[in-house]
Amino acid sequence: MTWVGKSALRKEGEKKLRGEAKYVDDISFPNMIYGTTVRSPIPRGLLKKIEYLPGVDWDEIIKVTFEDIPGSNYVALIEKDQPYLVKDKINHPEEPILLLAHPDKHLLEKARTLVKFHIDPLPPVLTLEESSQKKEIIWGTDNTFKTYAIDRGDVESEFNKAHKIIEGTYETGSQEQLYIEPNGVIATASEKDGVTVWGSMQCPYYVHKALVPLFNLPPEKVRVVQAETGGGFGGKEEYPSVLSGHAALLAWKSKLPVKMIYDRMEDMVATTKRHPSKTKIKTAFDKNNKLMAIDIDFMIDGGAYATLSSVVLSRGTLHSSGPYFCPNVKIRSRALATNSPPHGAFRGFGAPQSLFALEKHMEHCARELKLDPIKFRTLNLIHQGELLGCGQVVKEKIKLDLVVKKALAKSDFLKKRKLFSKLNKKNPIKKGIGIAVFMHGAGFTGSGETFLASIAAVKATPQGKIEVLTSNTEIGQGTNTIFSQMAADALNLDFNDIEVVQPDTAHVPNSGPTVASRTCMIVGKLVERAAEDLKQKLIASRLLKEPYSRKEFITACKRYVKDIGELKGTSQYKAPPHVVWDEQKYQGDAYGTYAWAAYVAETSTDTRTFETTCDRFWAVQEVGKVINPTLAKGQIIGGVAQGIGYALYEEVVWKQGKMANNKMSNYIMPTTLDVPDIDVHFMELPYSFGGGGSKGIGELPLDGPAPAILNAMEHALEIELTQIPMTPEKLMAHMEKKSS
Amino acid sequence: MKTLSLIINGKKRTLKCHPLSRLLDVLREELLLTGTKEGCGEGECGACSVMLDGKLVNSCLVPVLQAQGKKILTVEGLAKKSLSSLQKCFMNCGGAQCGICTPGMLMAAHALTQKKKKLSKQEIREGLGGNLCRCTGYGPIIDSIQSLGGKS
Amino acid sequence: MRGYLPDYQLTTATNLTDALIQMEKGAKPFAGGTDIMVLLDAGSLTPGSFVSLLDIKELRGIKIQKNIFTLGALTTYSEVRDHKLLQKHFPVLCQSAQEVGAIAIQNRGTIGGNIANGSPAADFPPGLLIYEALIHLVSRRGLRTVDYTKFHSGYKKNLLENDELIHSVSLINDFKDYHHFWRKVGSRKAQAISKTMIAGIAKLNKKRVEDLRVAFGSVAATAVRCYHVENFLKGKNLSPNVILEAKKILGKDIQPIDDIRSTGKYRLAVSQNVLEEFLCGIGSDK
Repeated sequence: MTWVGKSALRKEGEKKLRGEAKYVDDISFPNMIYGTTVRSPIPRGLLKKIEYLPGVDWDEIIKVTFEDIPGSNYVALIEKDQPYLVKDKINHPEEPILLLAHPDKHLLEKARTLVKFHIDPLPPVLTLEESSQKKEIIWGTDNTFKTYAIDRGDVESEFNKAHKIIEGTYETGSQEQLYIEPNGVIATASEKDGVTVWGSMQCPYYVHKALVPLFNLPPEKVRVVQAETGGGFGGKEEYPSVLSGHAALLAWKSKLPVKMIYDRMEDMVATTKRHPSKTKIKTAFDKNNKLMAIDIDFMIDGGAYATLSSVVLSRGTLHSSGPYFCPNVKIRSRALATNSPPHGAFRGFGAPQSLFALEKHMEHCARELKLDPIKFRTLNLIHQGELLGCGQVVKEKIKLDLVVKKALAKSDFLKKRKLFSKLNKKNPIKKGIGIAVFMHGAGFTGSGETFLASIAAVKATPQGKIEVLTSNTEIGQGTNTIFSQMAADALNLDFNDIEVVQPDTAHVPNSGPTVASRTCMIVGKLVERAAEDLKQKLIASRLLKEPYSRKEFITACKRYVKDIGELKGTSQYKAPPHVVWDEQKYQGDAYGTYAWAAYVAETSTDTRTFETTCDRFWAVQEVGKVINPTLAKGQIIGGVAQGIGYALYEEVVWKQGKMANNKMSNYIMPTTLDVPDIDVHFMELPYSFGGGGSKGIGELPLDGPAPAILNAMEHALEIELTQIPMTPEKLMAHMEKKSS
Repeated sequence: MKTLSLIINGKKRTLKCHPLSRLLDVLREELLLTGTKEGCGEGECGACSVMLDGKLVNSCLVPVLQAQGKKILTVEGLAKKSLSSLQKCFMNCGGAQCGICTPGMLMAAHALTQKKKKLSKQEIREGLGGNLCRCTGYGPIIDSIQSLGGKS
Repeated sequence: MRGYLPDYQLTTATNLTDALIQMEKGAKPFAGGTDIMVLLDAGSLTPGSFVSLLDIKELRGIKIQKNIFTLGALTTYSEVRDHKLLQKHFPVLCQSAQEVGAIAIQNRGTIGGNIANGSPAADFPPGLLIYEALIHLVSRRGLRTVDYTKFHSGYKKNLLENDELIHSVSLINDFKDYHHFWRKVGSRKAQAISKTMIAGIAKLNKKRVEDLRVAFGSVAATAVRCYHVENFLKGKNLSPNVILEAKKILGKDIQPIDDIRSTGKYRLAVSQNVLEEFLCGIGSDK
């Protein structure tokens, strides 16, 4: 009986269904007190004084400022620019200045409102345009976190001789991850015992890496434990390092366990969001409508500090020319600073932004060239052996044309294109159908995985169970389940013989962060190899011979542990031989492999109210091997729903660099009545370097929905739409502009 | 502070608390029933849903004084030794991913399926309109509840 | 939860007199709590005492006597939504109740609370305006009745005296041959605060407007009856030109604003369009 490919039931499902899974706010320790953060009310300025107003007994309340930091005041991630607590320079609204703690969390909240900051304001930079104009420098020497340049061929001469040149500008807004469980952490800290944090997080070793310099402690004295986590989507990739540091600082000062749980309003206003973007694309076509040259200018807003913007920019840049073949490429990208809370990781990580622009542009080009959008795309799709924009030769076999074909067939695309145009003539509700074709590269870019050098382990227990030890977290996507399936198959055991250990830096090796769609593909492979390593150890000890039965294996494990000692198998990441990347030229094999997809959206727009709903959706993708059909389908449907929100509903209203609509009642996420039936189809071309043959799929579904939906709306309304979220108010403005 | 009694999952519990305390906080902090979750604090997300005298309510919006003497059902009251049929359906159809919305979803599904077990997708969507899920895109949850009515 | 509980008190009243006495001592009425608890949660509820009305039987129930429907102030949206006779005779009230928040809110929110809270975006008032309900207010001085159309006197202002509670609303079942229309335009299909909402009823006589009443919510300081539009349409044939003119006149009856949810421009245009949808539909559904 093999487990990979089957819908094994969620490992921790029963706990979750009984309400017994312990999320961080469900956990309490004796003598635990509560912590809160007092934040800057303005986007930019110099802190002069902290004033404590009357109304509470301030002597009872623990206070922490930057002066209380035992080590260094920066959040270790990539750059060292983000302070844990403001010293004097304030660079964004809600920037943490002061931490407070007290046993009564309601009194604590009252105290928080009785702190007054005396700040000399400075002129803030609030938009990408203002930042690029460089009138005010708010970061580095020129407000620029990072730039990339990719050149291939001769774009300029192609434009000079082109049969047709088509240009466009495309914009995407910010998006809030909106995990239903807000950020939260419990910390204990002392010089003697070190620092321990329990929290809602995706990457325990990121938190570990940040706490070490903050407290100036040796790594062994910092311990990070992941609690059951209620959704992450990237919003708990780097932010937990900030919250963990804060809770630990309060614990260090108070000598008591400190719990800090953000309420929804604080979480939305203070934590990271998806980077807004602006992309300009210029394309040259020959007389046969083949894409000959592409010039892309891609810009993202990183907020006040560098955090992960360089990596978001990287992924966005490398995906910016999409699944099309183009012999002459010029890409210039930059991440700029503004005085907003830093933007961060959100599922897709730059690719939803650049692929939105690209797929909208392709639709625009099809129209300008007077071609059917399918014929036009098919003409220019990439094939095996051809170069992607980043200079990666697609070495593996791809089924992209079959993926497109299936999407068209399942959605009845061509028939509906004609039918809706006809029906719309006499109906105030206009229907449309649109497509987006795209790919997503899983794992860290280029040499990223090699730098991570992830390690996974499996270990036998005295009872003969096999534990999987990685730092990859279960955040709903199914980590515990798929690791169990892969380990069970690698060892020829039963799914229930495998236990996945709670990620705790005291007990698990660093297998890298739970990001970049890498957990199943990259770390799953490490788990398989670690299992193989353990099996070989058993065989070498002569306690086991192949072929063996499950009972024999378990008996051998028990004996080994009892008589010999620890039975552990490990594996460290090695780049597949076919991945060759030039960091200097920023070209080559950006990703080990790509998943390829075609998504179709069917929409209705009521021209009386300008409301658009997505009525049906088809998501077709080639993903290597589907490890668990129920879980994989769940990932796609969930991702598409977030993409529908990104396209139509989720608008962050910015006022002076701050999110003004920081409540669930006015930041609009789709409900059950707003998300349609989503048909999911998988095609499989196993990727031998991925766990179980898989390719990463976690982020793929964010790339397709927004362009597919806007392409459908364009079909329905016969108007060009180039920005998201395309709210009813924005749509009305566009339609008025068209008719005037 | 007021002393009052609530009937939680069939058991009478007496406690002392501020009358305006949210029922959500009383459940989680006084009674240590942490299955009911807080997602938004304003009655938008439904993660705090419980049954109050047979009706679905957001416990973050109910002051404990108004729950006095009433029957409350939380997620902890759904299963006996084994999972309820509804919970088994969620298990089989992938209705829970990160699990944080799950207790509230189960309560909303319980309220919905009390009246009728065979439901259309639209009926399920309407019954769950007050429960937000960020992970599943709702499809697997709708499938879970439909399977309770016998549709596979 | 940002509210500091020691700043507040909540007591119960077992009957109306008890509640009114507590109100004399400074307690504010507290019904289902779906508005007040949100403020408490957000840390923006003014400190003070509250008296829970939920145990007062006299304020509950939907009573029908001859052709008069009386809804107690504690009637929940669920009760309105599910009431078969209300659905038949006052469909706008049931449709508006069905679109308030979601089921968990509908089970707790009361019509009395919705009216007293006086949000310009309140879902129930437009229906009460077009059906020309009467609202009954009770104090220790007795019961008095006011035309609901006069009850909301300004932004968050109404005719309730400090010592009065909303007792009930009553409606006369007089709309047998009317066309009823309701549409709420929000940001999504459930759990949506409205951007605009229209409630309308109309009766034609030989293709001419005999009676037409239309109210909007969310586009003025209170829910409003559109008297300019109604007066213009009285006696007229609902031709395309007439409807176009009515749309223009609507601008005199509503004052939509820009806020965090939407723009005045959008609200005006969409209000005009749903007015047109209402008018076009009259006479076509029989």
